[in-house]
Amino acid sequence: MVANSSEDGTRPAAAGRVSSAPERPESSPADSAAGPVPAADAGQPLLQLKDVGKSFGPVQALTGINLDIPAGQVTALAGDNGAGKTTLIKCIAGIWQPSSGEVLWRGRPVHLHSPRDATKLGIAAVYQDLALCDNLDIVQNMLLGHEEQRFGLLDEVNMELTAKKTLQDLRVTTVRSIRQPVGSLSGGQRQAVAVAKAVMQDAQLVIMDEPTAALGVSQTELVLSLIARLASRGHAVLVISHNLNDVFQVADRIAVLYLGRLAAVGPTADFDRQSIVDLMTTGASTRLHDSSGEPAASGNLSSGSEG
Amino acid sequence: MAVTQPPEGPEDQAGSVAVAGQPDAHNGAAAQIAMTAPDVMAGSLGEYTRLWLRRVRSGESGVLPVIVGLIAIGAYFQISQHSFLSAGNIANLMTQAGFIITFCMAQTFPLLLGEIDLSLGFNAGIGGTITLWMVAVAHPFPVWLAILAGIVITTVIAAVEGLIVVWLRIPSFVVTLGFYLGLNGVLLWLFEQTGNVGLGGVIQVHKGFIDGLVSQNMSPTVAWIVLIVVVVLAAVFMITQDRRRRAHGLVAPPLSVTILKIALMAVVGLALVLVLNANRGTLFEPLRGVPWVVPVVLALLAVMTVVLGRTKFGRYVYAIGGNAEAARRAGINLNRIRVQAFAINGVLAGVTGILYASFLGSISNNIQGGQYVLYSVAGAVIGGVSLFGGRGRIAGAVLGGFVVAVIYNGVILLGLGAAGQYIWTAAVLLAAVTLDGLSRRGGAAT
Repeated sequence: MVANSSEDGTRPAAAGRVSSAPERPESSPADSAAGPVPAADAGQPLLQLKDVGKSFGPVQALTGINLDIPAGQVTALAGDNGAGKTTLIKCIAGIWQPSSGEVLWRGRPVHLHSPRDATKLGIAAVYQDLALCDNLDIVQNMLLGHEEQRFGLLDEVNMELTAKKTLQDLRVTTVRSIRQPVGSLSGGQRQAVAVAKAVMQDAQLVIMDEPTAALGVSQTELVLSLIARLASRGHAVLVISHNLNDVFQVADRIAVLYLGRLAAVGPTADFDRQSIVDLMTTGASTRLHDSSGEPAASGNLSSGSEG
Repeated sequence: MAVTQPPEGPEDQAGSVAVAGQPDAHNGAAAQIAMTAPDVMAGSLGEYTRLWLRRVRSGESGVLPVIVGLIAIGAYFQISQHSFLSAGNIANLMTQAGFIITFCMAQTFPLLLGEIDLSLGFNAGIGGTITLWMVAVAHPFPVWLAILAGIVITTVIAAVEGLIVVWLRIPSFVVTLGFYLGLNGVLLWLFEQTGNVGLGGVIQVHKGFIDGLVSQNMSPTVAWIVLIVVVVLAAVFMITQDRRRRAHGLVAPPLSVTILKIALMAVVGLALVLVLNANRGTLFEPLRGVPWVVPVVLALLAVMTVVLGRTKFGRYVYAIGGNAEAARRAGINLNRIRVQAFAINGVLAGVTGILYASFLGSISNNIQGGQYVLYSVAGAVIGGVSLFGGRGRIAGAVLGGFVVAVIYNGVILLGLGAAGQYIWTAAVLLAAVTLDGLSRRGGAAT
């Protein structure tokens, strides 16, 4: 488990500008110097995608994706339907293999042949269907496949303690009893259980696919605060979302996909709602801010540096 | 950005990690209470009762309707035919219930996976035939070897069915339907091979272990000793488990509740042993004692409860029945668990075949394999095992099987014959399923 649970509230995004514009795939050494990011090996992003492409037969779903996902930050992946968001996270989660380019984990190239490979590295994907068993309780779900045993039988006490501690660390406290079936939980609570399960199994990069899509206002708030807490504990979080409110509330960095290409990527401060909408619908925007004085973190596809 | 944590909400009566802070949590609170066993939420007896009543009212009543139904059926039979609750008939009921209950236990394993075994009846028949043939016809085999052989054969047959289901990805309904016919054929063929000894396709059980398994009685002293050992073991187990939970700061059911449960168990056991230890024969030919089949079934219940509730295998069975995709993503080998569950179904089928032969005192080639399959499904469903997988307990299956046995017994006692037996069983099954469906809809619907 990523050890840093000291919640000093410092959001690393506020400090260092984390650049991963397509034209500069190597991240600057200033990265993540300020945040409570453990194991940030010499400022390396946790996960780097270099020129990743994916084609299904003649269909080019992803082209030339250069994206860094640093630890301790929330990276939001925005894009219209069919832009390639799902393809991208499936490439990261090991469900599909990229057709070209390479994936670097802590700076080392890795080949993820299956979701199990990704899980072993510490990449956990929480999909919309959440993959929970409604008939099992929270503890049973969180430890499914990782049961603890004592004298050859299940050690319910230790498993409950493990689950309880993880939930408390994540401040998931709205459940009445962690022995209640997951089927009785609200949408946000289910999401929280799915995330806690991933965290407990040592996930360092948590990928969340539309975590707030089916949730009400307060449940959304619960999930967003959970996402923020994950990042503050040093996890890298990659969130797919259609909801721009959520994106602006929780993301440190935003990456926008347009027709399989990265239209723009940069700190949240570089964007506003209109620029994201422009990027999502046309792949370009004239409204990009530049908070750091450097060239804007945008890949304008029409005049794109990367092609 | 971080949501502020309000102090413990007013509804937090459970003392668990609950902080009912979010407005939505209040809406869901009733459902959450309803679906959670009071064991892990209540702090005192009063609170336990309150939570339990709340749970019953919102539809998650557990075995309560089954017990209420059982009492109602029993009362009806007793009023119609006063010998129903006589010691003799209760002993008779126990011997009849044995194999019906193990049928239901066997069927529970496929059902928990969301599968079904239609060949169960004939599989049990084949196991019983093999065992009887080895004991009664081909005499040199020792009894233990005959029993082992019968169980091994049924286990292999069921495991092969499981393998076909997982390898060829054919629904178990179809695979076991095929085996239903095929095993019926094999059974007839077996009797053709061995039947020159038996008359008209019947192998008789001779006096001995197999015969005594169901119909022989324990001596009254042994019955008392068994009762005491069972109650003490259960009490020690429950209390140490609760103490360990408390020692680690977890919520455990209040001691008063545990004591009440143990007392209830002791009283039921006491009544049963008292009745069955009384002389139900004549003055000159006394007949007393608990039939051996009762401790056999209880032992199976204990073992299978541990297998389903306390092992990884059991947990995975429930996980696969609940959400196979989630189980797969958790790294569980679905095929292995499925085949193993079918194999356990086969072990219990073998035991059932032997109990059945012992009960009848013989086994024949016209065993009602189809009817017993339907009884096994009916009993399991009456006992709360879901046909769709993932829900139900082995104790429920035992209780449901007992209900079927009571009907079987009572209808014979009333002289209603096969017609009445089928209609009664059907009515109770439909009532159980309807009640289950209604309560689920009214209760914690998602």
